[in-house]
Amino acid sequence: MAYSNKVIDHYENPRNVGSFDKSDGQVGTGMVGAPACGDVMKLQIKVGTNGVIEDARFKTYGCGSAIASSSLLTEWVKGKTLDEARSIKNTDIAAELELPPVKIHCSVLAEDAIRAAIDDYQGKQG
Amino acid sequence: MSETQSLIYLDYSATTPVDPRVAEKMIKFLTPDGVFGNPASRSHAFGWQAEEAVEEARGQVAALINADPKEIVWTSGATESNNLAIKGAAHFNERRGKHIITVKTEHKAVLDTCRQLEREGYEVTYLDPEPNGLLDLAKLEAAMRDDTTVVSVMHVNNEIGVIQDITAIGEMCRARKIMFHVDAAQSAGKVPIDMEAMKVDLMSFSAHKIYGPKGIGALYVRRKPRARIEAQMHGGGHERGMRSGTLPTHQIVGMGEAFRIAKEEMAADNERTRMLRDRMWQGLQDIDEVYLNGDLEQRVAGNLNVSFNFVEGESLMMSLKDLAISSGSACTSASLEPSYVLRALGRNDELSHSSLRFSFGRFTTTEDVDRALASLHKAVDHLRNLSPLWEMHCDGIDLSKIEWAAH
Repeated sequence: MAYSNKVIDHYENPRNVGSFDKSDGQVGTGMVGAPACGDVMKLQIKVGTNGVIEDARFKTYGCGSAIASSSLLTEWVKGKTLDEARSIKNTDIAAELELPPVKIHCSVLAEDAIRAAIDDYQGKQG
Repeated sequence: MSETQSLIYLDYSATTPVDPRVAEKMIKFLTPDGVFGNPASRSHAFGWQAEEAVEEARGQVAALINADPKEIVWTSGATESNNLAIKGAAHFNERRGKHIITVKTEHKAVLDTCRQLEREGYEVTYLDPEPNGLLDLAKLEAAMRDDTTVVSVMHVNNEIGVIQDITAIGEMCRARKIMFHVDAAQSAGKVPIDMEAMKVDLMSFSAHKIYGPKGIGALYVRRKPRARIEAQMHGGGHERGMRSGTLPTHQIVGMGEAFRIAKEEMAADNERTRMLRDRMWQGLQDIDEVYLNGDLEQRVAGNLNVSFNFVEGESLMMSLKDLAISSGSACTSASLEPSYVLRALGRNDELSHSSLRFSFGRFTTTEDVDRALASLHKAVDHLRNLSPLWEMHCDGIDLSKIEWAAH
């Protein structure tokens, strides 16, 4: 499998690896995928009082493209409002990382992860 | 070539380099000053000399397995041998019955051949192996029926290296007059094979797994009692009508020389590769959650198949850029599916997704193993630091209790 240089860079130097406290009211957590499918992605956002994403963290079990997709996404969502973050498309991720067709599902998973994290955060605000 | 200079080759189960002694011999059967004749040419010395070389090689292949040279049929490799054996025996015995038994962990060349026979109206039983990869003979016995004509069980598994009890299965088949085929591509030259002692009717061999060239193999076809098969390749009636096609003298000579060397050096080769394999396995013991796939005792010397829990196989391979290894078998490593062999052993999905096969051979050194170990430690650390599953495991969460949203 030939990976693009961008995938390799994110894979070797992943950005924003780690975890926030899930129970923190400022934090939204999205965990998507399944071990059976070979990918599990955990994406967390920390949202400021102004509704802007201040910080993000991820951990991903999966192939290099899955790791790169989630790493890239943590960079993209920082500084965005929740609505802006929600509008990120998997096709943008796939295009940026030059993912081959067999790896498109990795970018879909990343899109699912950010939406799940936003939903989780908004659910907490009640 | 320069791209492979710094790569450590630990994929001997996929293929081996040709032993220089083999290559040196092969080159003498190609050029105008060599023995380039068609072995089937009866009217001149070019043909006679080529035929002599082919027959010498036939004797060398037969000698490794204690068989009669007349029982060796040249083919293009083990895939063709498997096709010829299973289809050939099934078709020939069609009037006796149309039931075949094999195992879920067989090579695709056997499984896909059986699928084809199913399309032709045959019935195939695919047995599950035990969790250690070995076949429970009681389950095999229970699957045998009056209309069973062929049983096909591999000697050594290509992914996990386990050795099946061919001698015992042979007795069971012979007692019921069932044709017994064995895929020995991964065992020849590594595990003793004695056709006088083993009641095997048909056995497949490949040259390129034991330092011979690619593109040549053989099928052993027993003479006493006579195993009869229907040809799958028709033409000039070569190989006593069982496999037509001009014999590739240089390939055959290469296979013969590789088998001759294997017979002489098998014991020493095995001792070295077992030492390297054990060094690798020992070196992995300080990593948590590492699992050996397949039985450790009933196993070929040069194979180690390991799962690194909570780490995904493809990304692990990506970290191991300096290692030429495979995740699953070479035939499936391009697909995104976890190993079907490990699944058949009942390994869970995570472990099936995270398996690596290391296979060692004649030209592997201890430095190769030590460098591989250093790379592995680094890669597993890197990926576990990234893995949400590892994090959950460390927090004491039982992953099997979570309802995952499959996608």
